[in-house]
Amino acid sequence: MPLLWLILIVLGIAVAGFVLGRGRALKSAGGDARNLHSLPGYYGNNVAIKVIVPSMLVMLVWLVVQPLVIDGSVSATIPEGAVPENSSLGLVMSEVRRTAEGLENAVAAGGMSQALATDPDADFAEVSQQLQDAGQVVTSQLTQAVLRAAQDYREMHVFGRTIMSGVVLVLALAGLAWGLRESHKAFRARNTVEMSIRALLIAAASIAILTTIGIVLSLIFNTIEFFKLYPAADFFFGTTWSPSFSGRGGSSELGVLPLLWGTFYISIVALIVAVPIGLFSAIYLSEYASPRVRSVAKPMLEILAGIPTIVYGLFALLTVGPLLLSVFGKDGLGWMQAGTAVMTAGLVMGIMLIPFVSSLSDDIINAVPQSMRDGSYGLGATQSETIKQVILPAALPGIVGAILLAASRAIGETMIVVLGAGAAAKLSLNPFEAMTTVTAKIVSQLTGDADFSSPEALVAFALGMTLFVLTLGLNVLALYIVRKYREQYE
Amino acid sequence: MTDASLNGAEEPRRRGSIHEIDARTRKRNAREARFKGYGIGAILVGLFFLVVLAVSIVSSGLPAFTKTVVKVEFTMSQEQYDEAESTLFKTAAYSDIFIAQLRDTMEEEGVEVAFDEGSIERLLGKVGGTLREFYTANEDQLGQPVTFQLPASSRVDGYFNGRVTREGLTESRFLELTDLDLVDALADAGVITQAFNWTFLTGSDSGVDNPGGAGIGVSVVGSFFMMLVVLVLALPIGVAASIYLEEFAPQNKFTDLIEVNISNLAAVPSIVFGILGLAVFIQFMHLPQSAPLVGGLVLTLMTLPTIIISTRASLKSVPPSIRDAALGVGASKMQSVFHHVLPLAMPGILTGTIIGLAQALGETAPLLLIGMVGFVARDYPDGFVGGFTEANSAMPAQIYTWAARADASFYEKAWGGIIVLLVFLLLMNVIAILLRRKFERRW
Repeated sequence: MPLLWLILIVLGIAVAGFVLGRGRALKSAGGDARNLHSLPGYYGNNVAIKVIVPSMLVMLVWLVVQPLVIDGSVSATIPEGAVPENSSLGLVMSEVRRTAEGLENAVAAGGMSQALATDPDADFAEVSQQLQDAGQVVTSQLTQAVLRAAQDYREMHVFGRTIMSGVVLVLALAGLAWGLRESHKAFRARNTVEMSIRALLIAAASIAILTTIGIVLSLIFNTIEFFKLYPAADFFFGTTWSPSFSGRGGSSELGVLPLLWGTFYISIVALIVAVPIGLFSAIYLSEYASPRVRSVAKPMLEILAGIPTIVYGLFALLTVGPLLLSVFGKDGLGWMQAGTAVMTAGLVMGIMLIPFVSSLSDDIINAVPQSMRDGSYGLGATQSETIKQVILPAALPGIVGAILLAASRAIGETMIVVLGAGAAAKLSLNPFEAMTTVTAKIVSQLTGDADFSSPEALVAFALGMTLFVLTLGLNVLALYIVRKYREQYE
Repeated sequence: MTDASLNGAEEPRRRGSIHEIDARTRKRNAREARFKGYGIGAILVGLFFLVVLAVSIVSSGLPAFTKTVVKVEFTMSQEQYDEAESTLFKTAAYSDIFIAQLRDTMEEEGVEVAFDEGSIERLLGKVGGTLREFYTANEDQLGQPVTFQLPASSRVDGYFNGRVTREGLTESRFLELTDLDLVDALADAGVITQAFNWTFLTGSDSGVDNPGGAGIGVSVVGSFFMMLVVLVLALPIGVAASIYLEEFAPQNKFTDLIEVNISNLAAVPSIVFGILGLAVFIQFMHLPQSAPLVGGLVLTLMTLPTIIISTRASLKSVPPSIRDAALGVGASKMQSVFHHVLPLAMPGILTGTIIGLAQALGETAPLLLIGMVGFVARDYPDGFVGGFTEANSAMPAQIYTWAARADASFYEKAWGGIIVLLVFLLLMNVIAILLRRKFERRW
């Protein structure tokens, strides 16, 4: 039974349960709602919740767990000899999954008989021919062992799904019966319903925790996997980054230092652009500008923050890069080889960060109490002297926090550096040279790669871990500073 | 005796009128003006960048919406058709007839430029095939004049957009200098014109060697299905989480843990969410790669903190008197929230959700990791369910794929794609602003 139908049936049962439960409760009260403990709708909702929540929960868990169980048991049946020399069990298993899906589609489309698709003695040449005729993807790796495994896989998959449909429907009906049995005028339906809603709210709030756990676990497991294949010391202290693309033979050098250097260099250039412009804009907007100027200029600047990063990436690659090249390239000063460079990416990233710095600093400057300004004016200071000697020192911790947040943004930024900074990992001081960053390499090592067993792919998780720890550290530090500062004036 | 005179250094007594500005005051005023100037300068620099960005997007992107077409009136008689169909090289026969007629048309117009089959092929590609396809399908059109709009090659397109120049054209095998004379002559005669490029809006990624046929339509559909997933998941979950945290959560360790997690997730780089999606949804759960469903799930996790933060702010802005009044007439806590507070906070919640969606719509990096790169966007999905599970791309990822290609003709498409993306973002933001204007309440 397709999933969509199953869900619709459960929802149908829930609607029926709502009507029945409400009616039953009303009947037990003699048709007078005033005799009920709760409003009639609550009795209906009680039944509907008991139908939907347990059955859907079981369905979700089943959908996640079933493939894992089947994978485990099918991969155990694949004989050792069936795994080709330069391949892995994981690759064979994805072959098995694809073949099973092909069989399923071919049977559904009528291109293959059910008997042949399940026949354990079927000739694999015949099956693969029929699969090809049915327009299903078949690769050259389809062997007898893979076909057998795929047939097992498909059988278990269909079987599992049937059982799941049964279990879900039984649960839904059981929920219906339970809910209806309770629908009596003395039953405290509202309290029960509110309790379950509260539980759902808590579950929704916990998703934030689950996400963090998911991130940490997926990073840690794959990073450990990576360090089993590649020594950790070479990763952290290696000064060369040159992954070999063939993947086998272990000739890759995966040192993170050049990537970190590129990341920091580009972020520093970005901050050199963004901090003065952002800070001075914030000072002008909060201290000097008339309300009218402020109401126009502030949203205009904030447009820069709403533009997707891919736009900045393209801007770096196609506008800023060629522009810088015409000035610093071989027709000009001769410092620059190509349009993609630290300077290009840094400059554009700086533009992106201007509104980030300016609105955060604006909030912080506005939080400085007016009495401090008045005190300074009363002593005869000019406005700029007040700002420089009173407001900025008072706002300094907050501004530092804002800059740290901007730095964490810069370190985690991906599309601008992927398009604007180049692909070569270098340890160089020349800002007009192409360099690459941690984020850019995560993209290039993982894009379009379904095989997670080589160190060249797994290194991306170690890079992700580095990035996560770095940005998390900066954020925690920034929030700590900002929070500490706030306490002084509130 | 005052402290000042104890120091010995006595200030020189001020002479003259107080209305005369002395040197020190002048200096201080100048410093004041300069400081103010820095501020104005900084804002102007910021606005300047915005203008440059806008100008370069519009000027580089607009050409993607037009294409160069050759508009020719062409008549084919029944005899010519039969004859052409009986030859061995059928399409070649068609193109011979076409060239002969084009020559006649040009003579009538009084244009005198020599051209041969080669230059027609460089300008228009294989014309014969297009003509044959048309006439075999519509035999009733034989003998009547039919106006054809034949798309010109991407090089000719580039010549009109300024991407290809006469100077830059050094004996390319795709286009020769003499061809440009022909192009100019035809343009003067009104045969070559610019037409709106519908293919760009409705088409799919055409592959590396066909920039002319590339369109963003399929990836718009991919983005749409992703946004649907985000809306369906992020709005209810975000609102539920915010209601719990804002209205029900007791002050304890668990609540603190959730709060810390939310504020940290809001600052995690988007690419880390891509890694999460790859590891959990594809590596662990074996959901289909490149599917908008997976993209939507990843973007949901990414936008949840944004939506939660803005929802909490709008719940907080509902004054406590509303809650007290509801509780006072006997509503339960749950009823006061769902019947009174939530409806009042709804405009703010919707505004925040739309802004979160706009942010998700422009996100690229996580999509690249789960395989939603541009070149998978080849066909429109079959049906509604297929829209979620079939491999597709999304607008920003499609733009990235075009930008990363070596052929410069794709850059124009990338800029054009950005215009489409920004139009969608602008629409969403305008809706958000209108909602806020219409329903905003000051308590």
